[in-house]
Amino acid sequence: MTTTPPRHIGRAPSDPEPPVVVVVSAGTGNPSSTRMLGDRIAQKTLDLLRESGMPASARVLELGPFAVDIARATIAGFPGEQLQAAIEELAAADALIAATPVYKAGVSGLFKSFVDVLENDLLVAKPVLLGATAGSARHALVVDDQMRPLFAYLRALAVPTSVFAAPEDWGATELGERIERAATELTAMLRAGVGEQIADRAWSGYQHQFAGNAARAERTAADLDFDSPLMRLAAGGRAGPGPAG
Amino acid sequence: MQFGIFSVSDVTLDPVTGYTPSEAERIDAIVRIAQRADEVGLDVFAIGEHHNPPFFSSSPTTLLAHIAALTKRIVASTAVTLVTTNDPVKIAEDYAMLQHLAKGRLDLMLGRGNTVPVYPWFGQDIRQGLPLALENYNLLHRLWREDVVDWEGSFRTPLQGFTSIPRPLDDVPPFVWHGAIRTPEIAEQAAYYGNGYFANNILAPNFHFRPLVELYRQRFAHYGHGTPEQAIVGLGGHAFIAKRSQDAVKAFRPYFEGSPIYGKSYRLEDFMHGTPMSVGSPQEVIEKTLTFQEGFGDYQRQLWAVDAMGLPVEMALEQVELLGTEVVPVLRKEMESRRAAGVPDAPTHASLVKAKYGDAEPRQPRPNPNRGDNLTDGSPYQDSDPAIAA
Repeated sequence: MTTTPPRHIGRAPSDPEPPVVVVVSAGTGNPSSTRMLGDRIAQKTLDLLRESGMPASARVLELGPFAVDIARATIAGFPGEQLQAAIEELAAADALIAATPVYKAGVSGLFKSFVDVLENDLLVAKPVLLGATAGSARHALVVDDQMRPLFAYLRALAVPTSVFAAPEDWGATELGERIERAATELTAMLRAGVGEQIADRAWSGYQHQFAGNAARAERTAADLDFDSPLMRLAAGGRAGPGPAG
Repeated sequence: MQFGIFSVSDVTLDPVTGYTPSEAERIDAIVRIAQRADEVGLDVFAIGEHHNPPFFSSSPTTLLAHIAALTKRIVASTAVTLVTTNDPVKIAEDYAMLQHLAKGRLDLMLGRGNTVPVYPWFGQDIRQGLPLALENYNLLHRLWREDVVDWEGSFRTPLQGFTSIPRPLDDVPPFVWHGAIRTPEIAEQAAYYGNGYFANNILAPNFHFRPLVELYRQRFAHYGHGTPEQAIVGLGGHAFIAKRSQDAVKAFRPYFEGSPIYGKSYRLEDFMHGTPMSVGSPQEVIEKTLTFQEGFGDYQRQLWAVDAMGLPVEMALEQVELLGTEVVPVLRKEMESRRAAGVPDAPTHASLVKAKYGDAEPRQPRPNPNRGDNLTDGSPYQDSDPAIAA
């Protein structure tokens, strides 16, 4: 729970560092089909990026080992040291692949609890590929019905194609085709730098937490707009009720 | 440097004995704790404000007036006074009255409050909590500095020809601290007015509040009140002390684990290692507190919570005793010796009177006569600017 020094970890379009794709997997089995799905999508994404002349690396964030930390953070209101490091990894990622198993006709509680401890602006304009696995094809819409609105709330850029895998999909070539299509979309977003462009132009319009974990979080006086209605009110001026902080 | 204690006024089950004190017992206990803090030489006693069980302190000025009457030296303060759901006019009146009764041994800390239903219970909208806090302080600031205020804002009814009585003691308003743990606008307001900024340094990772403190320091300098190092910073904290380190951990653990806030989250050891919570021998508490000076810069006020989580009053009194006799005297010396030249102490009534009047006599407002309708004739005070009508 020690605090790392404030730093900007955002990725500028001219960033010479190769992009990092982070897989967030809420699968718990070993082997886990959710993890397997995440890995396959990540591999396809890396292949496509390499072919397009943008070699990238991938990291996997398994949520299972953080289950207790996530529960504690929910109660305490702040993450422990290791969970904090995981959150910083997400903040620094150039793209995410989020994969969860479906439990009781919904996203896994572990996955949702993890998202619950993230700051609202952590994933703003970040390209995200959504994936889910389930024991039956009848759960196929969970990913679009539940994960997509969740990431819409976070103002993340969910790619158009979600990837869902029921047991029978692991024997169907169509799964590979859907993975390729979704990975192509993620790659296109990453290459176009659309997330960067949105954040560059619109970052101040979203609600932020001062000195939060988001890559572009305001951390010093130099980052703040002192001409906002609330800042003017703070400095003894008059302002109507603005957007609540 | 000021050292003191603050209480949230919780009335909590003692997880060791299974005993829940009555409100009456806790109110008596807090008075004893404040008196002991005064006797052992602590500088500040501060009480919170709540409007629901399991707390007792809904009326901090009543409690602090009683404590001020029973004590000799200690400064009474709040942690915090709700600047959102209290009418700023009533804050101006109540705390000026308290300041008179306490003979100046009074300052206050303003905060927004984090209990959601309190806003609707008092007719306010929590979504407007921040502009409400900012606007209310802007009004409070004027009410304590201008004999007659005409004012219009977005939240409370406008004022025409209003005089907040009594005028502050010696016409010097109580010093104000702005408490905030996440909101840069509050740090900005503290900086703009040259008021104090207080970060409640608990329930968060070590040095989590450094960016906000740093922001306040920068903006304090920006508004010309001094250098960033001269800004007036206060920190909260949580301490549990025993002569021997292992006794502190052993005695404190059941209270920690029984606490609804702490007990269901991280382990005690995680809190001791990763957050500002100080549990241990006097030497350990001293060393941990010295890291605050290193990390946040020279600061002016350190408050510890020592009576929360169901601690019996005898144990809380022992904590006060240990702070006053073993911890604070060492910290005073150590922090003073490490403090950079030119860093001021926290303002007190005496220092503010001196700053305003030098060696001249402070102003003592005397009202003009009642003209028969409970309003004064002409301007409100004999020495008020005759151009302003009461």
